[in-house]
Amino acid sequence: MELILLFIGAAVINNFVLTYFLGICPFLGVSKQLDTAVSMGMAVIFVMTLTAAITWPINHLVLIPYNLPFLKYVAFILVIASLVQLVEMFIRKVSQPLYVALGIYLPLITTNCAILGLALFADLRGYRFVQTLVFALGAGTGFTLALVIMAGIREELEFAEVPGALRGPGITLIVAGILALAFMGFAGLGG
Amino acid sequence: MPRHALPLSEEFLKGVWKENPILVQVLGMCPTLAVTNSAINGMAMALATSFVLINSSLFVTLLKSLIPHQVRMGTYMIIIAAFVTIADLVLAAEFPVISKALGPYVPLIVVNCIILGRAEAFASKQPVGRTLLDAMGNGLGFLMILTSLGAVREFFGFGSVFGLGLLNQWPSFHPWVVMVGPAGAFLTLGSGLGLINYLARKGGA
Repeated sequence: MELILLFIGAAVINNFVLTYFLGICPFLGVSKQLDTAVSMGMAVIFVMTLTAAITWPINHLVLIPYNLPFLKYVAFILVIASLVQLVEMFIRKVSQPLYVALGIYLPLITTNCAILGLALFADLRGYRFVQTLVFALGAGTGFTLALVIMAGIREELEFAEVPGALRGPGITLIVAGILALAFMGFAGLGG
Repeated sequence: MPRHALPLSEEFLKGVWKENPILVQVLGMCPTLAVTNSAINGMAMALATSFVLINSSLFVTLLKSLIPHQVRMGTYMIIIAAFVTIADLVLAAEFPVISKALGPYVPLIVVNCIILGRAEAFASKQPVGRTLLDAMGNGLGFLMILTSLGAVREFFGFGSVFGLGLLNQWPSFHPWVVMVGPAGAFLTLGSGLGLINYLARKGGA
């Protein structure tokens, strides 16, 4: 039960994109088309869960016992960068179509703040291993959700008449703001 | 690109306005939106980011002939992460209140695209002096936007600017809570971008 709440909390109530502003760059950059948004979302869920599964043991079995928490950021970012590289090579070997579909989005994940943010938040809140995994899964789902909704809206926006000055990032941010307002409604769902 | 032909003052000023990291390049959005619920938080965040930006740019440009091309991204990340750790520890030791308010967004400077962007696009190719000017210009541009964004949101959300009571001195003031929440961040920056574009166009035409 607690894990389900954690999942829902990470996915909708404290949505990574719309309440913590993590992963805004891809959120604004990749949300123009529905299908690329879905691919990006899937890639993020995948890398996020793997990151959580690897950073947790590094943090709790190596850094904390040996009194090295000041190396945390360096260690985390190295894990993420090499993980993305590995995943990229692995997917290229195993499934060529998936590799082509994800394309440039895979390497871009390294600089996605949502991934590092996840590792930091999990550490900050002192989650246990299973909790961290569920949290990662929820956060990734939330990211995908926000990205897909945004892509759907922006596809429609193509046909709308946007005032000249707001075209581009301006209107996207305002739409995101309205979306964030809508997501505030989930705040009552749980803690 | 005839980059080296730019006069030095221009090298500094381009980051402030013409190639402003937020307004024009739309980089580094997470801290921009997340911590600007008050002017002081925005300013502290921008100062920490500028510190990291200037130092890591300096390091990258000094080491550029030593870093092998294939592993340059990893090397930049390590340099940046080292300076972020310094900034984080200094903030926590000297300004615990601000450090607490900024929370995990200080370590998140590591993945701020502005820093990696400047390292890759500028510091890895240019001489030391220009790199410093470029980093300072970009830092100042970032500082300007973050502080003003924070000030606007604080003004509407709490009725104050830099903690100084303005609007909230007025007896029938009701704080506009949404402005300090997540939605306010998106709306303020979105409208701000629109306004600046509008003014720039009017001035340019």
